[in-house]
Amino acid sequence: MNISMHHKAFALVLSLGLFAGCSSTGETVQDEGYGTDVSTVDQTGGSTVYGGGEDGGVSSSALTEAERQQALLEAEQAAEAAKRDITTFYFDFDTSEIKPEAREVLIAHARYLATNPGQKVRLEGHADERGTKEYNLALGERRANAVQRFLIVNGASRGQLETVSYGEEKPAVMGSSESSWAQNRRVELIFK
Amino acid sequence: MLANTVCRNRNNLRRAAHAGHGMVWSLLLVLLAAMPAQAELLIRITEGVESAIPVAVVPFKESGSLPAGDKVSDIVRTDLNISGEFSTLAPEKMLSLPSRGDEVYFRDWRLLGQRYLLVGEIRQLADRASVRFELFDVTSEKRILGETAGAPLNNLRSLAHHISDKVYEAITGVPGVFSTRLAYVTLQSANGKPLYKLQVSDVDGKRSRVRLESDEPILSPAWSPDGRRLAYVSFETGKPAVYIHELASGQRTRIASFPGLNSAPAWSPDGRSLLLTLSKDGNAEIYKMDIASRSLSRLTEHWSIDTEASWAADGEGLFFTSDRSGGPQIYYKESERAEPRRITFGSRYNARPRPSADGKFVYYVHQHNGAFQIARTNLETGQETVLTRTQLDESPSVSPNGRMLIYATKQGGQSVLTVISSESGASYTLPASEGDVREPAWSPIIR
Repeated sequence: MNISMHHKAFALVLSLGLFAGCSSTGETVQDEGYGTDVSTVDQTGGSTVYGGGEDGGVSSSALTEAERQQALLEAEQAAEAAKRDITTFYFDFDTSEIKPEAREVLIAHARYLATNPGQKVRLEGHADERGTKEYNLALGERRANAVQRFLIVNGASRGQLETVSYGEEKPAVMGSSESSWAQNRRVELIFK
Repeated sequence: MLANTVCRNRNNLRRAAHAGHGMVWSLLLVLLAAMPAQAELLIRITEGVESAIPVAVVPFKESGSLPAGDKVSDIVRTDLNISGEFSTLAPEKMLSLPSRGDEVYFRDWRLLGQRYLLVGEIRQLADRASVRFELFDVTSEKRILGETAGAPLNNLRSLAHHISDKVYEAITGVPGVFSTRLAYVTLQSANGKPLYKLQVSDVDGKRSRVRLESDEPILSPAWSPDGRRLAYVSFETGKPAVYIHELASGQRTRIASFPGLNSAPAWSPDGRSLLLTLSKDGNAEIYKMDIASRSLSRLTEHWSIDTEASWAADGEGLFFTSDRSGGPQIYYKESERAEPRRITFGSRYNARPRPSADGKFVYYVHQHNGAFQIARTNLETGQETVLTRTQLDESPSVSPNGRMLIYATKQGGQSVLTVISSESGASYTLPASEGDVREPAWSPIIR
């Protein structure tokens, strides 16, 4: 399912008035009109912004109850799928604690894995360049293991998850600044 | 691009030669003979010291037909300079060029401020060269070393390093390490993909040879005590595994590829076992593997990270890194079964211990005011000394005579190797001619 399909599902639901101005952050963006919906999920997780005019143009009376339920379900699935667009999770220096803002997204991944038992994921743990290479290998592993445990607790099974640590060997960003280091301390989910 | 580097460095050398007071900063010396097409390490003497002992190495008298390229006496001069403990006299400043003791006028060399004088003669005989060399103490006018040595014509570099070792030992009383080797990993970009190369070279960066190439990371090379094998970590299968690589034959054995981490190999002094970090039982712990039987014994048991183990000089105790106190610190176990004792307290981050061969010091990476530098602790007094001044230093490795330390650092966004003299503080860097060079490991003295 691609993003534009998610948008259509949202638009449908919004036009029914079912969302009544309630995005997940309680923030609604009014747009020029139909078809310019905005759906962004930022790294902090959860701050999803949906837009849509009231001049929807799809009449609710044309929908059966079954269709209404279907639209709701699709909307939920779309919201979950949009969360799952995020596959990289960041950490503070020398820690392997999952940040609060990453939880909702990881839960979406865990639910997806639970409903798709054939899906395998490789969790790649990384560290920034500071400190020693071997300690960083162990630190990257601890980060990958923390994500693995979180996914299992939330429904994924161990057999779906494989971890590997690259330590500081594969930085996402080159450079020796706080901002590059922050982007390099991470766990990446690689769906296979 | 290489030619530019050479010119710039030669100019710096001239400038530095005129500076001549206090610490001689930025003495950049590039040694380039025939620059091979493959990436090689360059050498830059970045910091000399005035306390260095003045030695005159007279160009050796030559007879027969010797190969073109660096002359033996030039290589000896460079060796003595990079030790940081000697400063050699430029041949153009010499008043005479003796090749035997009875040709030496000691007054001339005293006038030039020299403490020691090396003279010699090199002869070609068929496909070999033989050298007769003599070392004199200029003050006492006594000969303190006289020897002959030989080597095939294509191995004059080894002959020169042998002479340097003898001269160094005759003057300092400590064996020289100019005949030892460095193992390191270079990283270049090839067609947009990373290319890692495990290489071995002389300590001046010359005669580098690629031992392994991979587009996945290679790290933690460790020399066997006999200098014939390297253990290292390679990700070539997509996961980390520890390999033992026999240098002469190129034969490789994958000895550890358990689920999870397989890292930080360190040889026992008898060469029969390896300390390894494995996480097969849940998290990073230290194990000892008997190489012949592959049997494992677990040496640490803690929920924290335990890694980077290294045997103490006595082969009984071991040092390692653990973050059981909340951040990485150096711990010591007196024996395999003893309780670990924390030995670093000076800052929040101390990791990757490497003891000196004499057992007096342990070297490690130390975080200080946000910078990662190399420090050592005197194991008798507990005193900690920070040895480097750069920001992102790692992978310290001590020379087998304990007089020099090599580590990796960043210079202008590039990873380079730096060698410092623990006696004088003098240093030289070994940047790669292209890309990064990291993970240095100093070989033992190879007999």
